[in-house]
Amino acid sequence: MSLELEVNGKRASVDVDPTTPLLWVLREQLGLTGTKFGCGAAQCGACTVHVDGEARRSCVTPIASVAGKKVTTIEGLASDPHQALVQAWIEADVPQCGYCQTGQIMSAAILLKENPKPTDADIDLGMSGNVCRCGTYVRIRKAIHRAADMMKAASGTQQEKR
Amino acid sequence: MEMHALPRRDFLRVSAAIGGGMLIAFRFPGSSLAQPGAASGNDASDASIALKPGQAWDTPPRSDEFVPNAFVRIAPDGRVTVMINKAEMGQGPTTSLSMLLAEELDADWTKVGYEFAPADLVYAHPGYGIQFTGGSTSTAGMSKPMRQAGATARAMLVAAAAARWSVDASACRTQAGFVLHDPSSRKLGYGELASDAAKLDVPKKVPLKDPSAFLLIGKSTKRLDTPDKVFGRAAFSIDVTRPGMLTALVAHPPAFGGKAKSVDSSAALAIQGVKKVVEVSSGVAVIADGFWAAKRGRDALKIDWDMGPNGELSTTKLRADYHAKAASPGKVAREEGDPDASAKSAKQTLTAEYELPYLAHAPMEPLNCVVDLKSDACEVWAGSQFQTFDHAAICKTAGLLPKQVQLHTTYLGGGFGRRACPKSDYIVEAVEIAKQAGAPLKLIWTREDDTRGGFYRPMWTSRLSAGLDANNALSTWTHTIVGESIMAGTPMAAFTIKDGIDSTSVEGAKELPYAIPNLRVDLHTTDNGVPVLWWRSVGHSHTAFVTESFLDEVAHAMNADPYELRRKLLAKEPRYLAVLERAAKEAGWGTPLPAGRARGIAIHESFESVVCDVMEVSMKDGWPRVHKVTRAIDCGTTVNPDTIHAQLEGAVGFGLTAALYSAITLENGRVEQGNFHDYKMVRMNEMPAVDVHIISSTAESTGVGEPGVPTIAPALCNAIFTLTGKRVRRLPLRREDLT
Repeated sequence: MSLELEVNGKRASVDVDPTTPLLWVLREQLGLTGTKFGCGAAQCGACTVHVDGEARRSCVTPIASVAGKKVTTIEGLASDPHQALVQAWIEADVPQCGYCQTGQIMSAAILLKENPKPTDADIDLGMSGNVCRCGTYVRIRKAIHRAADMMKAASGTQQEKR
Repeated sequence: MEMHALPRRDFLRVSAAIGGGMLIAFRFPGSSLAQPGAASGNDASDASIALKPGQAWDTPPRSDEFVPNAFVRIAPDGRVTVMINKAEMGQGPTTSLSMLLAEELDADWTKVGYEFAPADLVYAHPGYGIQFTGGSTSTAGMSKPMRQAGATARAMLVAAAAARWSVDASACRTQAGFVLHDPSSRKLGYGELASDAAKLDVPKKVPLKDPSAFLLIGKSTKRLDTPDKVFGRAAFSIDVTRPGMLTALVAHPPAFGGKAKSVDSSAALAIQGVKKVVEVSSGVAVIADGFWAAKRGRDALKIDWDMGPNGELSTTKLRADYHAKAASPGKVAREEGDPDASAKSAKQTLTAEYELPYLAHAPMEPLNCVVDLKSDACEVWAGSQFQTFDHAAICKTAGLLPKQVQLHTTYLGGGFGRRACPKSDYIVEAVEIAKQAGAPLKLIWTREDDTRGGFYRPMWTSRLSAGLDANNALSTWTHTIVGESIMAGTPMAAFTIKDGIDSTSVEGAKELPYAIPNLRVDLHTTDNGVPVLWWRSVGHSHTAFVTESFLDEVAHAMNADPYELRRKLLAKEPRYLAVLERAAKEAGWGTPLPAGRARGIAIHESFESVVCDVMEVSMKDGWPRVHKVTRAIDCGTTVNPDTIHAQLEGAVGFGLTAALYSAITLENGRVEQGNFHDYKMVRMNEMPAVDVHIISSTAESTGVGEPGVPTIAPALCNAIFTLTGKRVRRLPLRREDLT
């Protein structure tokens, strides 16, 4: 079945079984391997992407359900305004094995979009869908706070310029 | 993991120029791969493994020829490439090994990069003689070789510059990638000197820096692998693609050792994208053009299984067997004084039985690998922790010679020991499938396959008895351990099992550091038919929980403060004492806490490092909430302190997960868990604050990756006892044991 969607701002046309999860289309058809397979059951968040601006577990998202929609993966996010998040992640040296981290960042981006100044409790709530077996949670928390500060400083600077 | 070191073979030698660059190699005499001057000679074989900057993976040497194996390469543009012989699974060797080498080289750190070394015995651990990553040996084992490689390269660059300038080498110095001659104010970059240096003889002995001169070692340094991991560019084996590659999933028997009696693959083969269904020794494989077709194909298989010899396995029954065995003494691993006599004269006796379950490693990246098999060659990409074994297994399974097989180590999406399997289970499976696939093949295990695939941390039962004498002093300690040997039947058995005792079964219990005059530790070794394996911190993952919990029981029975009792019993162990006192001081042991909170303490040595935890816990709705963990560690000389902090932070999550949630259980031979809903992980909302303190030391570096795990469960359970009066003697925690 031929389907069209927009991935990281580019139109993509794929011909796959309509039940195929978005994850495998991204990884196998489009070569976007930054999105990871962890559980196949929306249990770990390693496969988190954005669909029309909302966090989605791509491992349980049938491709047919995202036809015509806008998908952002880690490869796309790294070049958009969420750069602060990526920089904060690097600054804190968050990753250990690194496998879950792209999914963590995609979840954190949505958290910060909805709540630009999250408390620790907000982070608990927003990030508990993502598992990190290495246990990097302390640094994930630190990086989210830091990114929030960086984004606030940046928007403050923009307002001053105006 | 305790192993008896083989004679150290760390001979240094330089090979020759590569593309105008320079390469330093280690040669281990006595290895067929490492005969100087054998085969086609140094220069020719060096050229054959020329490593191109920027390529995804190196071209590995062929292991039956003489091939020099480089730890450092310096390009004409001054780029320094360090060959990393250890698996990068988050513990940071890509950065720390590079730091060690760059320190002695006086490299410009901004020009230092790395590649993963190919599978070859010249990259073996200098003591153990195999290439592997485990036992917290990466920094500990490679510090000296990496420093020597850097120092040797530096000495040759200096000699090359001195020759070019016609000055004495002793008048030159090095700094950030340059050789400088101050009297004439001249300097040359390492890249400019590389081809000259490559023509020089290798100095036999080079001095290493005095630690006071270290610029990198001991300074927190940004990880080199972070940007790739943050941008999603880091290639794990699951990300590897080959032209025309197919994907396979395997239906494994429901019980370990089972076999397919009959297979109806018609429905599977009717699914679009499914290419073949083939039988392999581990199960039935569905080969398809991608994951989803392979998954749907596997779901459609109709298999009649012969459950095999383990079809009746039951955790309930195994627990009862272990309980019965624990009542009698096993083979004695250590005996001090006369524990039987002193037990009889004890004024107060405590006995307790502790139980720990099978544990799966559950790395975030489920097991997988890529095999490109041709009639006369095979390339495999895997996140291997066990290259020497995996390479040999590929050769054997594919029927190829060592020189025909290349094993590329990728990043590992977690290992924790699972990717160091002496049976190379998933790799053998992939090669068997590849033989029938007719195309490059990626094998992927689903999360359920990974959880149910065996090679677990063994289940354990411990029965302990302590005797207090007339002076209320701890005079007797006996500890009977029941469980499977992870070394039995592996090539490591020869040097890990002595007199029927697998040293990894009793490690941490046998070496109990407390001053107790009468002590015995003994072992019953079982074999349940369940594949077992090391799991982060190996034997210490069960012994520390048992010994540190039971010592806490003793303290309470004596009416002694658990910290003060440890201080007293460790009075003659200065290294332990320093770690214990540091953790207690930083945590404010004995100072008031908010209402409803209590502290638990635990200390343990593993992988030659000592870790002490003080954990601050409260109870809410009958379940513990960990607020803060204060950790002190003595791990000798630190290379990258921030990595040590990160490992000790993360190990809290790993250790808490095991204490709170993890158990693999069997019923009718089947593993009852499958995914993260029933093999749960600690998540963000349960992660405490972690405060890490490193004891300053100039001793040799010791382990970091594993020693952070053992103390977590006992520190937690000791705090729970103070809070609730309930002693947890069975992991993972169960609500019914807390109320």
